[in-house]
Amino acid sequence: MTLRVYIISRILLTIPMILILLTMVFVIIRVLPGDPVLLHFEKTEHPEAIEEMRQKLGLDKPIWAQYFDYLFGLLRGDLGKSMHDFSPIAEQIFSAFPATLELAIYSTIIAVSIGIFLGVEASKSYNKPKDHTIRIFGIVTYAIPIFFLGMLLQIIFAVNLRWLPVGGRTYPTMEPKGLKMSLSQLPEGFTIHLLLSCMAGLMISILCFAALKLKGKKITRKILGILISIFFIIWILWAWVGWYFISKGELHIATGLYTIDSLLEGNLYKFAEAIRYLILPSLTLGLVLSGVFIRLTRSNMLETIRLDFVTAAKARGLKETTVIYGYALKNAFLPILTMMGLQFAALLGGAILTETTFSWPGLGRYIVDRINFRDYTAIQGAIVFFGILVSIVSLVTDLLYAYLDPRIRL
Amino acid sequence: MSKPAVKRNMLSRIIPAIGSLKERGLSGWLVILGAAIVTSIILMTLLAPWISPFDPTTKGINVGAPLTPPNSKFPFGTNDLGQDMLSRVISGGGIMLQVAFLSVAICLAIGVPLGLFSSYIDGMFDRSICLIMDSIYAFPGLILAIAIAAMLGRGVVNMALSIAVVYVPSYFRVVRSQVLSIKEMPYVEAARSIGAKSRTILFKYILPNVVPSIVVVATVNFADAILTAAGLTFVGLGVEVDVPDWGWDLTNGRRLLPSGAWWVITFPGIFIILLALGFTLMGEGLSEILNPKVGE
Repeated sequence: MTLRVYIISRILLTIPMILILLTMVFVIIRVLPGDPVLLHFEKTEHPEAIEEMRQKLGLDKPIWAQYFDYLFGLLRGDLGKSMHDFSPIAEQIFSAFPATLELAIYSTIIAVSIGIFLGVEASKSYNKPKDHTIRIFGIVTYAIPIFFLGMLLQIIFAVNLRWLPVGGRTYPTMEPKGLKMSLSQLPEGFTIHLLLSCMAGLMISILCFAALKLKGKKITRKILGILISIFFIIWILWAWVGWYFISKGELHIATGLYTIDSLLEGNLYKFAEAIRYLILPSLTLGLVLSGVFIRLTRSNMLETIRLDFVTAAKARGLKETTVIYGYALKNAFLPILTMMGLQFAALLGGAILTETTFSWPGLGRYIVDRINFRDYTAIQGAIVFFGILVSIVSLVTDLLYAYLDPRIRL
Repeated sequence: MSKPAVKRNMLSRIIPAIGSLKERGLSGWLVILGAAIVTSIILMTLLAPWISPFDPTTKGINVGAPLTPPNSKFPFGTNDLGQDMLSRVISGGGIMLQVAFLSVAICLAIGVPLGLFSSYIDGMFDRSICLIMDSIYAFPGLILAIAIAAMLGRGVVNMALSIAVVYVPSYFRVVRSQVLSIKEMPYVEAARSIGAKSRTILFKYILPNVVPSIVVVATVNFADAILTAAGLTFVGLGVEVDVPDWGWDLTNGRRLLPSGAWWVITFPGIFIILLALGFTLMGEGLSEILNPKVGE
């Protein structure tokens, strides 16, 4: 199987998987016994109120019509309306998602660094007390309820020592705004703007050309075609994005990730605060997820250390650290990358509990809040969002893996 | 007539098995340690009515001052209702054990036959089941369990059901991959060539060889089920309040954190860890004994 065939078949396989997943969620929430609207009201309200909600949410239609509404709504990025306040669920999810993303990024960094470090240490002292201690630590991370670890850390570092905040993301006045710039000085008028972006596109494609020339690549017709399309893409994108901001009169870039936004704003104090609030949640999630990476690194390193090239490197008199981190560890990166993709689902599951523990205003907290409001449409929307996210991440991981490891294509 | 014989047979198999576990070195000891932890926790839960010093339910409210730190009368302290934490910890494993056993039983009843038939029948049926199982497997387990539990409502059976749905694919995958490789072995081919029925081949010749892997999956799955049950309780989808439950105590303890009441969460938490750890250790050891890897 060539890479192209593999990629195409993998992408095609994702579509039925997502469809099955969507159907499953729909069946669980709407079709299985237990009418969401009745459950929402707990059978206490007037029948008119129930009918009104059914009509507002489109739940009075036959079940197949609801199903197609749901699927076609998703194509338009519409996840339906909340039962709680009738506002669009997609908006609520997108405003909660950056918090989860930030938590996920930092806890993955922590999990992978702890995992690699301890895994390497364990493999260095194979079958010695240190190795066994690290393995026990790894097993305990499998067995610990994540919210219990979170609460222990809270009680030690937040309640008793008072070093770190108990929960939340930052205090109300400290939310970073991101990069904001007034653009009124720039030349008005669409023609000038179009010319400017044309120049930008030209410059970037010339830079690419120069870089290729410097590397000694032969300029074929194919590369020329790519360069020309780069020029057009940058021209159009630059013009479009630029015009959008200029017509608004200001440039506002905010990622929703507080650590990045505070840096964009140039406010180091806010950055420090964001980090302070991040430490405990991401440490909790990172520690729990690190077990898998410890085990993976350890077993990979144990295999690699026996190989000839490691012995050769040692024989040449290189330092042990250089041999292990510079030579042997490289072989473990591919499995670790795959594991990061596989662990993404576990990461999201753990994020729900961590966010609840630390009152972190992300998607997990959103789901738990909505469970308490009995807001079933919102629960459905959030789960669909998680599902699609996981499918896309696993697709990307598989493709990356196939690209990096030629064996998978055979 | 045949029943006692079977029993004696099982017993005489189990006792030397423990002896032979010791000969397996570290992994054997892991299994024994894990089994010891799990058995003692189960025993503790079963004997709870006789060994707990106070009533763990609402009848035991205000046996001490609320939020008393651990002392000689209340070794694990009391919670905000003045209930003795030691009594609650002793009888608190019941819910989790019930949920875990029930969900593993459901998984076994669905996942194993499905894996057997799917891989044996092959064709469109196999491929469609595989696709469905893969979709469930790829989904974040806790989130799926939360969705199902939210719709089904509270209760032990509902929790077990929602957890079982999440873990059926792990059984299915293991059984299926094992059957696929065993199916091609010469002895199966020999059985087929002498005209054995599919049913005989499947249950008499293939299934016994799959059992070791199923045992490993089920043991590891116990730990997962316990942690998932604790997670469900934590997000507010557990059982009713009056039943003593470690998960509920942890959830309750979260409210009390600002007052610094570490004892309300620490002891139930440690017992959840112990229970999950017991099953994890057993699973670790068993998988190393039953599926030995080359070179380790």
